[in-house]
Amino acid sequence: MRMSRLIACLGVSLGAVWAPPARADDAPKRGGTLTYMIPADGGPSLDGHRETTFAVLHATAPFYSVLVRINPDNPASTTDFVCDLCTEMPAPTDQGLTYTFKIREGVKFHDGTPLTAHDVATSWRKIVSPPKGVASARENNVVMVDKIEDPDDTTVIFRLKFATLSFMPALADPYSFIYSKKILDQDMHWYEKNIMGSGPFKFESYDIGQSVKGVRNPDYYHKGQPYLDGFTAIFAPKQAVRIDAIRADRAAMEFRGLPPSTRDQLVKELGDKITVQESDWNCGNVLTPNHKKKPFDDVRVRKALFLAIDQWRGAAALQKIANVRTVGGIVFPSSPLAATKEELQQLPGYWPDIEKSRAEARRLLKEAGQENLSFEMLNRNVDQPYVIVGTWLVDEFSKIGVKVTQKIVPTGPWLEAMRAGDFTVALEANCQNMVNPVADTGRYLPHELYSENFAYHDDPVQAALYDKMLHETDVAKARVLMREYERQTIDVGAHQLMVTWWYRILPIRSYVKGWKISPSHYLNQDLANIWLDK
Amino acid sequence: MYRYVLKRVLLVIPTLVGAAALVFLLMRLIPGDICVVRLGSGGGSFDPRAIAACHAELGMDRSVVVQFIDFVWGFCRLDFGTSMWSGKPVTTEILARLPISLEIAVLATVVAISIAIPLGAISALKQNTWLDVAVRVFAIGGIATPSFWLGIVSILLVLDVTSAITGAPWMPPIDYVPIWQDPIRNLSMAFLPAVTVGYRYAAVSMRMTRSAMLEVMREDYIRTARAKGLINKLIINRHALKNALLPVVTLIGIEFAFLIGGLVVTEQVFNLNGVGRLFVQAVQNQDYTLTQALVMLTVTVFVLTNLVVDLLYAWLDPRIRFA
Repeated sequence: MRMSRLIACLGVSLGAVWAPPARADDAPKRGGTLTYMIPADGGPSLDGHRETTFAVLHATAPFYSVLVRINPDNPASTTDFVCDLCTEMPAPTDQGLTYTFKIREGVKFHDGTPLTAHDVATSWRKIVSPPKGVASARENNVVMVDKIEDPDDTTVIFRLKFATLSFMPALADPYSFIYSKKILDQDMHWYEKNIMGSGPFKFESYDIGQSVKGVRNPDYYHKGQPYLDGFTAIFAPKQAVRIDAIRADRAAMEFRGLPPSTRDQLVKELGDKITVQESDWNCGNVLTPNHKKKPFDDVRVRKALFLAIDQWRGAAALQKIANVRTVGGIVFPSSPLAATKEELQQLPGYWPDIEKSRAEARRLLKEAGQENLSFEMLNRNVDQPYVIVGTWLVDEFSKIGVKVTQKIVPTGPWLEAMRAGDFTVALEANCQNMVNPVADTGRYLPHELYSENFAYHDDPVQAALYDKMLHETDVAKARVLMREYERQTIDVGAHQLMVTWWYRILPIRSYVKGWKISPSHYLNQDLANIWLDK
Repeated sequence: MYRYVLKRVLLVIPTLVGAAALVFLLMRLIPGDICVVRLGSGGGSFDPRAIAACHAELGMDRSVVVQFIDFVWGFCRLDFGTSMWSGKPVTTEILARLPISLEIAVLATVVAISIAIPLGAISALKQNTWLDVAVRVFAIGGIATPSFWLGIVSILLVLDVTSAITGAPWMPPIDYVPIWQDPIRNLSMAFLPAVTVGYRYAAVSMRMTRSAMLEVMREDYIRTARAKGLINKLIINRHALKNALLPVVTLIGIEFAFLIGGLVVTEQVFNLNGVGRLFVQAVQNQDYTLTQALVMLTVTVFVLTNLVVDLLYAWLDPRIRFA
């Protein structure tokens, strides 16, 4: 017992996923019902194409198939895409403008009707160019798609307007459920209130605001899967409830992420009955000065704020109390397009010598006539990690003599204030479902080009760099362009600063096997590969 | 009497209209927009045209006056509309949550009555003895302790005690099953919230019972009953307690009405999918129609409870109806 606790604690302290080598008795077992919690209230509708909250995805992903997905056996990779409904990953033709997918034969929807290429094409057309009155939350991510063709029952062709690296990650978006063409033809809104897919689990029941239940789909096309007889997903927005429920085994896990203190508490109390999976998270806080408010219209003032922050030591301290860990630039740290530590250390907010950095910050403030600067920082009333990171930033700014007060408000007013430009500096977040570096960094573009950028800046150089990068298909060249774009965003324009990437910590009951953590709480959620060692 | 009843019933109408206007205006004064929350809280980007389309879909592009008239007219026809968040009828949303809130309210009332009336009466009858002091301390403890805190502590206590005894921590289920489907699972979920809410409820009622009993016990008719030689048990049960319970029953009624929708934090602590939790969600999501319907439901319950109480008082005390 003591040894197992030691192993569990070591795994945690090293911040690594402890994965024992595969053994013969680790072969998946069939049966059982997985009970897990969704750390939110129920989402607005049940339509994945329409909604953005993970609550919808965690409740409905097990019922649906997608065309392409991140490899469920290697979800930590940001580039390992595999087929779900297609038979093999296509090589692009026509200079990267055409992708032809062959669709599996013999796949059936849960109502028994066959799934064909026409269902795939119709579902994707709904996502790419929804008809009037139908919402598509990720329409902006697939702007490169020109046409989708379905010449026969087993072929779907995507024709692009321009070749880009961001197409395949956009195609692997986990919300891109494949719906029945027959149903969509009759009612484009049907999936907002109903569930009927072709995924590993069939829909059993939905108790409004409380739980979703699914049972094994015996006709699932990935042979042998799913291993579970069924699942129950319970909506549990309060963290204390979720921790107690894992402790008492009312539920085996949640899929979003818990803070380090709860991980340590559960490991201490449950020993070898709990395993912990951890990963860098494709989410991070972003410090956004409003360029339309004085004195933040002055690049020197903005840069001074960035230079005041000691990200390296801050991240090391914050990771003990908040779900943050890795210092990174605007690109997810493990991505091929991400900056190295040496590259980052050239940028304000990342200098290795913090005293030198803060001296420069004071000089810039003096030069701008803002030695007695004070302002209010808008923040969201979510402890992990917004309020914790915000409180740390207030302290960092005080070290260059800047007085900051936090205005902490609920999500609605927080979004409203940013959209109205009614703030001076805001702490916001960049949280994306797929690691799609080019698409993800589009959020740093000026407001005119990206409606959810609230820095309200204007930077044609930055926009031109992004456009060039969006049309680049060579990874090495895209990486060079990304460095220029990053430097323009953080250094030259000092528009916004990424402040520590989040860290995903999942304490899971040890009997849950087969599932692997990914850098996003939106990925690998169909539960097909989970089995229970009970 | 009939004129009095008619007057009281007619007074309900302006009260409800006033409450409707107030909740309608207050909801629109809160900064934020359900469409922005819905489209933007997931972190992704969205086309600004999507906001306009969302406003049109939800009828928010109409003038505030038109929206208000629509809301009041719907309320008059008992048509509360559809939730702006889920698109489901508001009645479906509320009815899905009502059973658990109702069950907790009933169980908490049972707990409160079982504790409050005997202890309150004993406390009054044994005034200024150690028993009275103990009951008063128990009552003040109940009033001073927030139910949600008691809930958190009770869950932790159950977890720790069961862990120490059996080696495996236990806690009540976190998903609701109707009592007719699985009574044991249902009651094991409802028991702790009922006790924690019932304790505070009992404490308030206990103090009311005590003071009412003390007052009644000093009345002339009690003295007369004693002079007639009636035994103490009969005096207390037949003459004192019955009369002392009138304000207590009123209090219990009002408290019961409060529990339907008022257990905002307790429902969150125990993960109960009740009306209180729905209230919080509706406000957080800025779901105007659902919040308005929930507030109006609460207001209606209170107004009707007050109406019944007023009528009951008039029936019992002629001085009120002739005043």
